[in-house]
Amino acid sequence: MKQEEYNFEKEQFSLTMIPGKFARAMRTCVIWQFFRFLVLNIKMIIVVGKSH
Amino acid sequence: MARLVVLGGGVAGHTTATFAAKWLGSEHEVVVVTPNSQWNWIPSNIWVGVGQMTKKDVTFDLAPVYAKAGITYYQAKATSLNPEGNETSDKPFVSIEYTEEGKAGQVENIEYDYIVNATGPKLNFGATPGLGEGDQLGEHTVSVCTAGHAVHANEKLQEAIEKMKGGTRQKFLIGTGHGMCTCQGAAFEYIFNIEHELSKAGVRDMADIKWISNESFLGDFGMGGLHMKVGGYVVSSKLFAESLFAERSIEWLIGAHTSKVEAGKLHYELLDGSTGEEEFDFSMLIPPFAGVGLKAYAKDGSDITDTVFAPNGFMKVDADYTPKAYADWKAADWPRTYQNPSYKNMFAAGIAFAPPHAISKPMKSPNGTPINPTPPRTGMPAGIIGKAVAHSVCDMITKGDAAHLHEASMAEMGAACVASAGKGIFDGTAAAMTVYPVVPDFEKYPGTGRDTDYTFGEIGLAGHWIKHVLHYLFIYKAKLNPGWTLIPE
Repeated sequence: MKQEEYNFEKEQFSLTMIPGKFARAMRTCVIWQFFRFLVLNIKMIIVVGKSH
Repeated sequence: MARLVVLGGGVAGHTTATFAAKWLGSEHEVVVVTPNSQWNWIPSNIWVGVGQMTKKDVTFDLAPVYAKAGITYYQAKATSLNPEGNETSDKPFVSIEYTEEGKAGQVENIEYDYIVNATGPKLNFGATPGLGEGDQLGEHTVSVCTAGHAVHANEKLQEAIEKMKGGTRQKFLIGTGHGMCTCQGAAFEYIFNIEHELSKAGVRDMADIKWISNESFLGDFGMGGLHMKVGGYVVSSKLFAESLFAERSIEWLIGAHTSKVEAGKLHYELLDGSTGEEEFDFSMLIPPFAGVGLKAYAKDGSDITDTVFAPNGFMKVDADYTPKAYADWKAADWPRTYQNPSYKNMFAAGIAFAPPHAISKPMKSPNGTPINPTPPRTGMPAGIIGKAVAHSVCDMITKGDAAHLHEASMAEMGAACVASAGKGIFDGTAAAMTVYPVVPDFEKYPGTGRDTDYTFGEIGLAGHWIKHVLHYLFIYKAKLNPGWTLIPE
């Protein structure tokens, strides 16, 4: 059984969305996350700039 | 020469004092009164609490930094304000009691021209029977509210890990210790960091981990939740949070008021009025916050605490405190200048100001127990408010009391929040979120109350890198190292 399917077995979790293997892998994929690091920093700087 | 006294040396107080000292120069005096000898980057305490950082990593001595900035520093706690002076003097003053070793217990009055109350909260453990006495943590649970608490929490965590390695199953209960708590974010970070560390230690299968919170839904965070853009959708933080809990196999109990704590057992009441118990082997519960208990006296010595402070002990500022139904709450209720309405030379910043009302929808159980988060005022908003207040006071000193006051309404400012879900340079993750504005404005943004172009969130390694970078960046800034003013709050 896949990890996310095991968790769906629990009643409290059955109506949630649980990431699959690909989504979980992308969360710690260094190349993709380096790109997201740049994007997130730009987005945060914009919000910080609007708040001062 | 004018004297500005800042009460408190946390994010808001430190920001106010250091910017005021820089802008005023040596022509005027800036004084900081704080009971602590060290500055603490509180967002990293959760990493101390799982043994991934030490107390030294998240603290530094305040005295040399204030000496460098030309700030007069008293290691003491403020006990009362006399904003009109007393019968022998018209000069306002604050009474302090030293906490510094060797002078502990000694009292002194410090006169001021302007004062900023940035004391932060009293950690009100005593509000829940068994959680602690007054502001002192009890023996049944742990806390990550201070660096010292976090060190103690990690010691207990390591004991629990050793028990699991020895074959004894452990139950972890993390969350809020009262129905009126704020700061769910710290507990949120701590529960996922514990889960991450247990996985790394190879004992995750020996642990039952459960979340208990006063939020009416997961992902409320004291802000009534938020809607953010994720994967091309605009989704509620409820989905975002539930997904993470389910993925990590952490059960939740929400809408819960912790009514009593005993050794290994917690009693709670839910929003539907039912009651229950949860047993635990390890529990970290955030206490509710209250004002630090400052008193205020008029010139004739009469008690005017109720005039200066709200019933919860936080200082009244330029907010609209008129009691209103939830449907009538407006973004305009929130303060803009943080000036006390009774005394124009008195301001409050950060947690110390009294919010006009909650942000989350107020709720009560059928028994009349209020169970809803109180509004967060920490982190980025505290820093921005502190800087705006410093600007206002400096202008009043240099241009006169009629100077324009600077504004920093939480209904017009955003906040960036990075919530760690596990530390590790290649396997760590954190939820990186921004909200704009912090207090939803349903007149300006009908629907979600916030601008969905600037309210977003995602979880991943990039978020962890950002939180780690911010740790070093903000400690660098707080130490007033070269270029510190270029780093935003």
